[in-house]
Amino acid sequence: MKTVLPFIAVVILMLLPLFGVTVAHQTQVFFGVIVPYAAVAVFVLGFIYRVVQWGKSPVPFCIPTTCGQQKSLPWIKQDKLENPVTTMQVVGRMFLEVLFFRSLFRNMKTEMKEGKAVYGSEKLLWLAGLAFHWSFLFIFVRHYRFFVQDVPAVIKMMEGADSFFQIGAPLFYMTDAVILGAVTFLLVRRVYLPQIRYISLAADFFPLFLILGIAITGILMRYFFKVHIVGVKQLAMGLVSLNPIIPQGIGAIFYVHLFLISILLMYFPFSKLMHMGGVFLSPTRNMANDSRIVRYINPWNYPVHVHTYEEYEDEFREKMKKAGLPVEKE
Amino acid sequence: MYNSGKIIAGLAVFFILATLPFLLNLGKANAKIEPSIDTPEINAMPVKHCVEPKAFMRSEHMQLLNTWRDEVVRNGNRIYVGSDGNEYGISLQNGCMKCHSNKKEFCDKCHNYMAVVPYCWSCHIAPKENKS
Repeated sequence: MKTVLPFIAVVILMLLPLFGVTVAHQTQVFFGVIVPYAAVAVFVLGFIYRVVQWGKSPVPFCIPTTCGQQKSLPWIKQDKLENPVTTMQVVGRMFLEVLFFRSLFRNMKTEMKEGKAVYGSEKLLWLAGLAFHWSFLFIFVRHYRFFVQDVPAVIKMMEGADSFFQIGAPLFYMTDAVILGAVTFLLVRRVYLPQIRYISLAADFFPLFLILGIAITGILMRYFFKVHIVGVKQLAMGLVSLNPIIPQGIGAIFYVHLFLISILLMYFPFSKLMHMGGVFLSPTRNMANDSRIVRYINPWNYPVHVHTYEEYEDEFREKMKKAGLPVEKE
Repeated sequence: MYNSGKIIAGLAVFFILATLPFLLNLGKANAKIEPSIDTPEINAMPVKHCVEPKAFMRSEHMQLLNTWRDEVVRNGNRIYVGSDGNEYGISLQNGCMKCHSNKKEFCDKCHNYMAVVPYCWSCHIAPKENKS
């Protein structure tokens, strides 16, 4: 059920704009203008809200997870990336974490072989994750050609690199194949491996199906069921210049693509996809391991009322003397 | 909020990146893009038509040209039978560009708008036009 329900949900989300736009043309305004605006608003405000909520939670302890030599005596070599003590070292560590998933690179697998637990390295998840995230980023940035009048040279260069092999017309983008392969791998992994299937939830499958739907509609739109592409850019430019227009004859599949992206944007702040912001706020990653250099004060600490021995003696000095107890001050 | 300086700076970067398309187009008008078919050759036609209907040409011309190139270069076939049953000679420079002699106002209009760079003209000779 946790696999089938998200799949059915995505199919319904695809059929809604498909039927809406083909049966009643008036719904083009809903799917082409109202939903995208709502989606961007929910995404931006929801994202900020989530990060502020995280910022409000105190981090009681200095808890970076490290796996290298801590800064110690001068002749012992410190592992600066795995055990950072300065802000710059933390930045270096975060940089590799965010861009190259360094901690996932250490991913291990455990198997029972001849009654013994055997540990081995498992790089496929790291590779597929990296391929997926990078191709998604590439595709996302490439789409800026729809949002600026004079497309910057950087975007054109990215497009040129992506369609380097000049296969077919319109030119085939490598990232289209990479993202399809990577998402399929991530999906099959959750279904095929019993342990992973056991811990997977509907909230794990839904974004995968959704992103797969977005990629497939995009690919279909580019190579197979062509849309009126100039109209698409006019719609996009209308949205971002706050003068929305609905050009006629764009093609229903574009509205499916746009609706799925709007759903993704709206779903984003309330889901595991918030790891995009969350990776920067992970205390185990973004803290320096300097607890022996800098005093770390728990923000939860509240002023505790203490009664020192001196105060105690001041209070009971006379009684202590009478009972013959030794006092420090006479 | 803890570490508010860093978090607010990060959120500001996020906000700018997330709304960049809106920020870049503040107060800009949406350009109307319509390729021009105002050429002497087309104006002289009694019934204006291309090898295929307009809607097909608009979305499929790149695929058609790609097929044509393969047909000519690999099979030597220079005849295309359109869906209207008429035969057309396959040639970019002497066919397509004979009618659409206004590359700047026809091809480039949409291609520049969409940031598409077709590689037709890395082999073919682009028609000479008066710079206007």
